[in-house]
Amino acid sequence: MDRAEVMDRVVKILTPWVKDEAALAKVSMETNILEDLKVNSARLVDVVIAFEDDFDIEIADEDVDQVNTVGDAVNLIAGKL
Amino acid sequence: MSGVDRHSNRNTDPSRRVVITGLGVIAPNANGVADFELALRKGRSGLKTQQSMIDAQFACTVAGTPTGVDELCKASFSEEELLAMNMNHRYASLAALEAWLDAGLVRPSRDSDVVDWETGAILGTGIGGMDTIAEKVVPLTNAGKVRRMGSTSVEQVMASGISARISGQLALGNQVTTNSSACSTGSEALVMGMERIRAGLATRMLCGGAEAASHYIWAGFDAMRVLNRNSNDQPEKASRPLSASAGGFIPGSGAGVVLLESLESALARGARIHAELSGGMVNCGGHRMGGSMTAPNPTSVQRCIAGALADAGIAPEQVDAINGHLTATGADPKEVESWAKALKREPGRLPPITATKGMIGHALGAAGGIESVASVLMVSRGFVHPSINCEDVHPEIEKHAASIPHTMRELPDLDVLVKAGFGFGDVNACLVFRRYRA
Repeated sequence: MDRAEVMDRVVKILTPWVKDEAALAKVSMETNILEDLKVNSARLVDVVIAFEDDFDIEIADEDVDQVNTVGDAVNLIAGKL
Repeated sequence: MSGVDRHSNRNTDPSRRVVITGLGVIAPNANGVADFELALRKGRSGLKTQQSMIDAQFACTVAGTPTGVDELCKASFSEEELLAMNMNHRYASLAALEAWLDAGLVRPSRDSDVVDWETGAILGTGIGGMDTIAEKVVPLTNAGKVRRMGSTSVEQVMASGISARISGQLALGNQVTTNSSACSTGSEALVMGMERIRAGLATRMLCGGAEAASHYIWAGFDAMRVLNRNSNDQPEKASRPLSASAGGFIPGSGAGVVLLESLESALARGARIHAELSGGMVNCGGHRMGGSMTAPNPTSVQRCIAGALADAGIAPEQVDAINGHLTATGADPKEVESWAKALKREPGRLPPITATKGMIGHALGAAGGIESVASVLMVSRGFVHPSINCEDVHPEIEKHAASIPHTMRELPDLDVLVKAGFGFGDVNACLVFRRYRA
């Protein structure tokens, strides 16, 4: 799976939690998940569970702490595939 | 009553008179106030056979559950909001939003930082997020998969979840809380909201109750044998308040919310006024004098009704209609007797007495909210809805049979309607609704 495909799936998983749809429309690897997309920080645990289910991987809590941007999530997931 | 002196000018001072300017309802027989009024007038039942109750081998397999709620939610709330809203939240949120818009208020934008400091919410529930507990918290915990519960379980199972949810949707900045007093919950919420507005602590209060549709909520009642197990083959006939063949209640679900507002505020913004909440009272029978955890103390019931009337400054002979608690259990005859005593009425002189539960079942923590919406509609439109399924009036109620409306009664002069709710714990709440006059 190439990173573009991972990116598409990451964005799809994030979509229901996004509060700023305008930011979602111009999403990039540099988009910040909390600050730009306005995802509620408490919901990150739900996003991570969805990543694990969708990609059939396990993500450790300390890895989650390093994820700020969409690109961080894509690279973390791609590294586990 | 000590409250009378404390509020000696409550019936004349516009800042202390409390009116209803908004109504919202999600009920087994209708969603939305307009269709709910039609359903009430026609005596439409919302009770159906429930596969979940059959599968779990309940003795009673009938319940009242709202339909079409998910579609309404998708039209009203974002996907992000709905991911954290269980059934209780969905019912309560839809009813609260309808009441808000019905009152002519503007729904705040999600990204606005304006808080309405003058408006609060007291939205109660009896058993709360039991569906979330049963379907998510317990199975995942028992399976050692706590991590997979995600972030949304606490806010869905905490007792105050529904009022908390709605405060965010409507940017409420006054008191926001959830009350719980079993089956008097919804009615109690209105009394508490009224008192807060009278005290000058709030201008508007969203008040009412919600209860999810879940066989996990109903199971304990079935085990107590207080649900009607004799009418499974006729779901729409299964809730039979006031009848000889009552046999127990039928569980219901949904939400009913009213917007209470000071008369001063309602007049200042030119709001449409449905009715006045003239008075109310809550009390408890102390599990004495015939009362217990599961049975009401008749003396406390009568004190509650009389106290609510005194609070409203209304004499017993002024009451034009009653919307009783009337669950279709053995308590119905005692309740009717309490109404007759509290209102000082001889047989044949009791005003029309009706039971909304014949149509929707007993919605537990939502009952007082939904039935208050019904009560306000009856006062403001001048009718009493039929009390369905009591063709065979209970022998102990027979002397008051003429007061039971088997079909809808138009009462254009209906001025005062009294509503009561009684709950496990021997708790009572009584509300006095009156046609609004300047």
